[in-house]
Amino acid sequence: MATIFQRTPVLTDKPFHYCPGCGHGIVHRMVAEVIEELGIHEKTAGVAPVGCAVFAYNYFNIDMYEAAHGRAPAVATGFKRVHPDKYIFTYQGDGDLASIGTAEIVHAAHRGEKITTIFINNAIYGMTGGQMAPTSLVGQKTTTSPLGRDKDHCGEPIRIAEMLSTINGSAFVARTALNSTANLVKTKAAIKKAFETQIAGKGFSLVEVLSPCPTNWGKSPAESMDWLTDNMIPYYPLGILKEV
Amino acid sequence: MVERNIFAGFGGQGVLLMGQLLAAAGMMEGKHTTWVPSYGPEMRGGTANCSVMLSDEPIDSPLVTRPTSLIVMNRPSLEKFESKVVPGGSIFVNSSLIDVKVSRDDVNAYYVPCNEIAAELGNDKVSNMIMLGAYLGKAKCVDVETVLEALLEKLGAKKAKLIPLNREALLRGAACIE
Amino acid sequence: MALKLMKGCEAIAEAAIQAGCRYFFGYPITPQNDIPEYMSLRLPQVGGCFLQAESELAAINMVYGAGGAGARVMTSSSSPGISLKQEGISTCCAAEIPCVIVNMMRGGPGLGNIQASQGDYFQAVKGGGHGDYRLVVYAPSSIQETVDLMPKAFDVADEYRTPVMILADGLIGQMMEPVDLKLNPDPVMPPKPWAATGWDPKGDRERAVINSLYIETEDLDVLIDRLHERYAVIEQKEKMVETYNTEGAEYILCAYGTVARVCKAAVRILEEQGVKVGLVRPITLWPFPSEAVHDAIAQDGVKAALTVEMSDGQLVEDVRLAVNGCKPVEFMGKAGSQIPTAEDIAERILNMRRA
Repeated sequence: MATIFQRTPVLTDKPFHYCPGCGHGIVHRMVAEVIEELGIHEKTAGVAPVGCAVFAYNYFNIDMYEAAHGRAPAVATGFKRVHPDKYIFTYQGDGDLASIGTAEIVHAAHRGEKITTIFINNAIYGMTGGQMAPTSLVGQKTTTSPLGRDKDHCGEPIRIAEMLSTINGSAFVARTALNSTANLVKTKAAIKKAFETQIAGKGFSLVEVLSPCPTNWGKSPAESMDWLTDNMIPYYPLGILKEV
Repeated sequence: MVERNIFAGFGGQGVLLMGQLLAAAGMMEGKHTTWVPSYGPEMRGGTANCSVMLSDEPIDSPLVTRPTSLIVMNRPSLEKFESKVVPGGSIFVNSSLIDVKVSRDDVNAYYVPCNEIAAELGNDKVSNMIMLGAYLGKAKCVDVETVLEALLEKLGAKKAKLIPLNREALLRGAACIE
Repeated sequence: MALKLMKGCEAIAEAAIQAGCRYFFGYPITPQNDIPEYMSLRLPQVGGCFLQAESELAAINMVYGAGGAGARVMTSSSSPGISLKQEGISTCCAAEIPCVIVNMMRGGPGLGNIQASQGDYFQAVKGGGHGDYRLVVYAPSSIQETVDLMPKAFDVADEYRTPVMILADGLIGQMMEPVDLKLNPDPVMPPKPWAATGWDPKGDRERAVINSLYIETEDLDVLIDRLHERYAVIEQKEKMVETYNTEGAEYILCAYGTVARVCKAAVRILEEQGVKVGLVRPITLWPFPSEAVHDAIAQDGVKAALTVEMSDGQLVEDVRLAVNGCKPVEFMGKAGSQIPTAEDIAERILNMRRA
């Protein structure tokens, strides 16, 4: 009997702990498949963040680090400088990357650090229970913006991909979304491109993935996809922002 | 033999280098030595200073609170450290820039017109070496040639042509003491 | 023996390279900038990598990444910068990452000043970061001793898979002394099969997970128990102390680092006046050489001990614990980077004698 589909060996057989309708599982699989397809399984390590993906080290079947909150790009830098012939990615959420870890991500990009970052933007803090993220939309209700995000009080959401694409050291920056089959295909293609950028030694690469969080958005998985489409994508336009 | 010296002056007068050369020469001649840059409240007031110890025995404290010799290149340094010198100790005064005399009568005072001699030698930058020469002329704790050896190491072979000028400076300084 | 007159910071950096350190991540702060400056020139010459991080936080996390990747790695900073590194130090302890951290202490708290100080004793030996961990802390008192301790620091870090701190005051970093660097072109590096290097599923080692998170209570207990046992071995095997002139002494001074040298000068001053005083100098601050400190002070004939510090009474607590009340232990110290003089120390002992 011919095998027409099998789970990638770059994932362990540990079941994901993610909530129904969460995007993390989808992106984990895409990253793992890309690593397999590029033939770099034995040469790749990853860095898990603090956030919902904190246990990513249990899922990726490769050497993994768990980093303190926001520090994944610094940890990846340490690895990459020791093993310049190996590959490393960080997997970070919006609290980790766009709030507490802004210095680390900006400077990793600025150095042209040859690492790949997968940035999951779901506009909310998941693991700590639905607090406002730097990427939460204006008016979005969270447990720390119960009346909706007020831009006069705490500013407007930060556009990470745009910001990092202005930095010379960034070689590939893209934003994708998980809201449709077509966009899933584009997301995986972007992740692949990001790893290829690292393999080619061109510089820093990042894919920002707009991803649903039904649990903390207080919506069903289907409603969440609609909310992402109607609210996030207009503020966070999709596409390749930089490619060298 | 124990020499506890404080070298002091304005930043840029080469006082740290004077101390380093003495320490390095001491080391080359098999002595124990320490060099400590300005520390503590002594840092204030825009002066640079360093403490250099030379000893036949291992050195316990590298801090010089009561110098046996004080080498001062400017007036604030003299005013700051004069009282610290041990009775019977020596004070070397750059008389080109310091227009007062040492007020104590229980120390040996030597007046060395460092900047004037440097001008005669055609290079203002060697005023510190003239002063170091004066100190060595009195203390005789290391050989002038060892100091030049230390200087050559510091300068590197490319600047070896500066050695004769510095030898001259050290000797002119030493001559002020005799 | 080839002696070279070197500044403490430069000697430390070169000694680290001789000990096999090939990676340095740091952020500028006075008074230790000569270390990163030296490393930035030297490490590329030996095939290593120096990187100036964007912050102390980033630097220690780069150390975590590089140490976790199996490298001999070091960072250095001074007090306020070391405070910033505490997150990463705690992480490295939990994740069992060997590394060496140099703290050239300056005055604190807060930004304090840039002069030599010993105000970080508590931070270094009692925690600093959060959680149940220990740091091996070496406190050299001369540049030669610092140089001699560097290979030891890296070896101990590797052997016990733990961060090690060199705790020196800024004076040791800034002063110059003749040093014998004991050049070692081929330092022995232990294998690190636990490191993240890229994993072959068909290979013979397990997949590396460099981690400090143990969300299940039972799992965290396993880590804590393992660390606890390791710390017990370190306490048994790694204590270092110097005793000087302690036999038959009437008073015992206790000090570390630069101040211990000043104490030796005070011992000589007192000797000239017919007062026999000894010095006990912990070289490891953790593990603290409690037995040696106790034995020196508990001797018959010793009237009291005096700790001398460039801080406001930190070491004195460990000395009092060590002697457990058997003799009085007094404290003399100046915070804010004032270094006690030998004359002051001698005077204090004479006063204690008169009292």
